[in-house]
Amino acid sequence: MKKNKSENEKKSVSISPKKLRWLYSSMYRIRRFEETMLEQTFKGNAMGVTHPSDGQEAGPVGICAHLTDKDWIGSTHRGHGHCIAKGLETNRMMAEIMGRSTGQCHGKGGSMHIADFSKGMLGANAIVGASIPLAVGAALTSKYKNNEKKSVAVAFFGDGATSQGVLHESMNLSSIWKLPVIFACENNGYAEATPSWYAVSTDDIASRAEGYGIPGLQVDGMDVFSVYDAAEQAVKRARSGEGPTFLEIKTYRYHGHFHADDPKKYRKQEEEDYFKSKDCLISFEERVTESGLMTSEDLNEIRNEIEEEIKKATDFALTSPMPDHDELYKDVYVEYSNSLLGLR
Amino acid sequence: MSVISVIEAVRKTIFMEMKRDKKIFILGEDVASRGGVFLATDGLLEEFGDQRVIDTPLAESSICGVAIGAAVNGMRPIAEIQFADFVWPAINQIVGEASKIRYGTFGKKKCPITIRIPYGGGVRGGLYHSQSIEVLFAHTPGLKVIAPATPYDAAGLLRSSIRNDDPVVFLEHKKTYRLVKGEVPDNDYSIPLGKAEVKKVGNDITVITYGLMLHYVLQAAEECKHFGINVEVLDLRCLRPIDSETIVQSVNKTGRALIVQEDTRAISVSSEVAAIIAEDCFFDLDAPIKRLTPIEIPPMPFSPIQEAEYMPSKIKIVKSIRELLEI
Repeated sequence: MKKNKSENEKKSVSISPKKLRWLYSSMYRIRRFEETMLEQTFKGNAMGVTHPSDGQEAGPVGICAHLTDKDWIGSTHRGHGHCIAKGLETNRMMAEIMGRSTGQCHGKGGSMHIADFSKGMLGANAIVGASIPLAVGAALTSKYKNNEKKSVAVAFFGDGATSQGVLHESMNLSSIWKLPVIFACENNGYAEATPSWYAVSTDDIASRAEGYGIPGLQVDGMDVFSVYDAAEQAVKRARSGEGPTFLEIKTYRYHGHFHADDPKKYRKQEEEDYFKSKDCLISFEERVTESGLMTSEDLNEIRNEIEEEIKKATDFALTSPMPDHDELYKDVYVEYSNSLLGLR
Repeated sequence: MSVISVIEAVRKTIFMEMKRDKKIFILGEDVASRGGVFLATDGLLEEFGDQRVIDTPLAESSICGVAIGAAVNGMRPIAEIQFADFVWPAINQIVGEASKIRYGTFGKKKCPITIRIPYGGGVRGGLYHSQSIEVLFAHTPGLKVIAPATPYDAAGLLRSSIRNDDPVVFLEHKKTYRLVKGEVPDNDYSIPLGKAEVKKVGNDITVITYGLMLHYVLQAAEECKHFGINVEVLDLRCLRPIDSETIVQSVNKTGRALIVQEDTRAISVSSEVAAIIAEDCFFDLDAPIKRLTPIEIPPMPFSPIQEAEYMPSKIKIVKSIRELLEI
């Protein structure tokens, strides 16, 4: 087990201005997207169940900062952050959550199923653990094709998924085949309402990787620079054919399990306050302004741009039509036929 | 007697059964301190303690496997799968293990587990929170599969399931949980497994259904009175064993059969019911057997318009009934 505490202290001051801007705008975009989505959910415009990830933004952003559209990610039911960090458009995401025809999946998927293969986004996934082997499969393809700059796959999952057998199968497979995979465990302390101190047999989930011959690291998931640094190494390892890495990203979700869940029933206010005091946006702002990398005007400008973008995305979704009747029958099979669809 | 919802009937029955028999314990995701995602086990931890109401990690295969292991050693576990859509990792344990224990041990071992599974759609659950999974279990010899639609049936059938010495898959339609209320006796009555029930007597047509669809069929039957059609409504309640006797009796009387289900059509419960009718009622039929089901697309699209189009509804049922009677 390698810990990267001392390395974390350096905090990537070498990041380019452009990348710094991307890190902040992506985290802020996720935050404002989800806050707006929740407003729309309670207004009845966004339907079904939504699982906000606010508080966890540094994880997906710090990792996806090293990825291109040719790299893959597998996501979870709490997937908006992964989608945005991987470059999906907020207007089509918002439209999907509202079940509109202009949505990312034409309204068929909803919040928990947003996918965009053109961006290397294998899909949010409502089944805990189910997306992990899909990411491993994408990594196998990359190895098989043996492309020069090997594409990598990141499997995002939560602490809850570490209890599913399929994670352990996937870790073993990717280790014996030396696949370019990053196992990104976003440990927010709770599997729905069940705390990880109860449901997970160790407080060092990353240490489990050792049993599969995979390096495991615990990372401060409230600090985007820590995640960025750790992911840089993991992605480098994967691209150079050295195999998988396991990152346990210690993080926190500010909201409950889903939009209407009251987390006060199973966790303490002090805990929430503690993590909010380490908020990834605030700590980023302090860091870059204190070190003179960005000014508060720069940050303000980014926030204004994002506010405008999210407002436009919401208007786009609200004014988009619902799907056509025919859309229901499309895309079940490669070929369309009445008999396949049970139509007469 | 009190008027309660389906979810309250489930909770009350588990409570009463756990009071009666110390061998019963509950395990599942968030069943203890949170009382279950739908609150079916709310308050049980306080009453029975954490030895009998056990929160598990997110691991459906183990939840069912552990329950089976305890059952063959004399316990009577109730396992909860949070949503039907999450049950697939546990299929090996339920279909591959539980169903075969009695047969494979020449009757020496029994496997008295009850696996409670909320299923079904119409709740904007999209592709992974809406599925009907009954047919896979109903196809499996060795399992019993129950799908009640009312609070009275939920309580009476759950009690029988818990007391039954065979593995029971107990399917609760999540849309009925709070929507459907009804009278439930305060005593520990039970309903035998494998018996359908005529919920409304009629003589023009038999509509056979189960789960949430029962309520839509009853509404449709009411509306059909305006067209002078007297509908008999048969609630299967149990999908394995299936009560062919009651089906045949009813269809022989009315001469017409419509089967309504929320699950997709091919190789489904409706296929089996249609086969029973074709085999045993052929000479009493006045019209071909008709089925009203969703089309063959993966259940079920998220967008509200598409979801509504997917699900059978009162209007669609009335239309099917009228088509069959040519009225």
